[in-house]
Amino acid sequence: MKYVDEFRDPGKALALSREIHALTATIARAKRQPLQIMEVCGGHTHSIFRYGVTQFLPDEIEFVHGPGCPVCVLPMGRVDDCVALAERPEVIFTTFGDAMRVPGSKKSLLKAKADGADVRMVYSPLDALALARQNPEREVIFFGLGFETTMPSTAMTVLQADAQNVSNFSLFCNHITIIPTIKAILDEPDLRLDGFLGPGHVSMVIGSAAYDFIARDYGKPITIAGFEPLDVLQSVWMVVKQIAEGRAQVENQYARVVPRDGNKVALAAVAEVFELREFFEWRGLGSIAHSGVRVRERYAAFDAERKFALPNLRIADPQSCQCGEVLKGQLKPQQCKIFGTACTPQTPLGALMVSTEGACAAFYNYGRIDTSGLSASKATKEDQHGR
Amino acid sequence: MCLGIPGQIVEIVEGVDAAGKLAIVDVGGVRREVNIAFIVDKEHTVADCVGDWVLVHVGFAMVRIDEGEAAATLALLREMGEYQTEIDSMQTSAAGNPA
Ligand code: SF4
Repeated sequence: MKYVDEFRDPGKALALSREIHALTATIARAKRQPLQIMEVCGGHTHSIFRYGVTQFLPDEIEFVHGPGCPVCVLPMGRVDDCVALAERPEVIFTTFGDAMRVPGSKKSLLKAKADGADVRMVYSPLDALALARQNPEREVIFFGLGFETTMPSTAMTVLQADAQNVSNFSLFCNHITIIPTIKAILDEPDLRLDGFLGPGHVSMVIGSAAYDFIARDYGKPITIAGFEPLDVLQSVWMVVKQIAEGRAQVENQYARVVPRDGNKVALAAVAEVFELREFFEWRGLGSIAHSGVRVRERYAAFDAERKFALPNLRIADPQSCQCGEVLKGQLKPQQCKIFGTACTPQTPLGALMVSTEGACAAFYNYGRIDTSGLSASKATKEDQHGR
Repeated sequence: MCLGIPGQIVEIVEGVDAAGKLAIVDVGGVRREVNIAFIVDKEHTVADCVGDWVLVHVGFAMVRIDEGEAAATLALLREMGEYQTEIDSMQTSAAGNPA
């Protein structure tokens, strides 16, 4: 356990590890096949790999890395739409830095910028709005993406643009919403999940009560978790304890940040500006009902989709990509045929390799210390790129 | 993007319209304007926010946290290599840092 020193309280980590082992030993079905716990949020994926959390867990527990990395699930067609918008001469296209390298069918935003499009990285949608005020002769488009963590900020920015009459600002809305996404996962016919680690910061906005249906209707335990490796370990312990005791409840390990009812002001801003889309397309997962939001009619003047004609094509992922299987937990990252060869963080082919929150990039960077549900292929892969 | 970063509110930006609710937040020595609309209400007004530690996501304070939590989160972000990325993106953001 060479990374145990990095835990802020190694003694506590080892104690939790012992308890998890002991609890797991009492769960009969874990002997037939490993318990699967999905961490919904990409931040947890990053933390699990970075700290080698799985080394504290018995072989009978494996993580399934969920779809909670907004950059990773962005479909190619949407990236193409971004590029098309960015290439209009009147447009300044603004985006978070994370999204720059996501491959489109022809190019990424980074490439579009190199080819002369006016693409600018911003830290905040408020900076995009400021750019619009500074450049009244240009059209400033903000590429909004993310789950409920960033959705309120974009909503608030649209409300400000409206209040200040900044008519050359618009939002290309690609926000996705967590609850329908988790529902879709739970409705998968071959679902094998035994429990969830709930996202930390999405939950800070929507509140822990939003997950009640997971326990009530699907009988699965969920623990909302913080991002410290100890938080993750403790949350796993809480989920395993629920399974061992035959309970299915919503527990909140991250109560220091996540209230039961969420952030009312933030939720009100979201409800004012956005409404659910019938469908939204995800990379690797296909179309998920009600999983995305769009700008309401009332704020149509700030909606880039209404303001500009978009190609809006559905582009299939490249044949060699297996992001879909990895996102669904059917394959481990290193089992993708092109992992570490054609697809690396330097030259990502799939989106899971782009962001540090993507399972493939996390595994590539830290995979040497992950031992969850490994096949024999791991050792070879590790030797290949020696990381 | 999704982890956010802790900072401390050092002053309120005066003279903006009520919807603005802007403050200057110190994030690891970098100061920038942050919207605090999501963390104020009748009980905890804009003026009460000075000195508060908050978790900042894409330019918005999303939740009040205590100082210990802020320190632990900063340490975590450093170890995960997210700290510098976040600070860089604040400092290099197009439109500049109004603060
Ligand atoms: S290695 Fe690349 S293509 Fe394969 S699943 Fe990961 S990101 Fe997708």
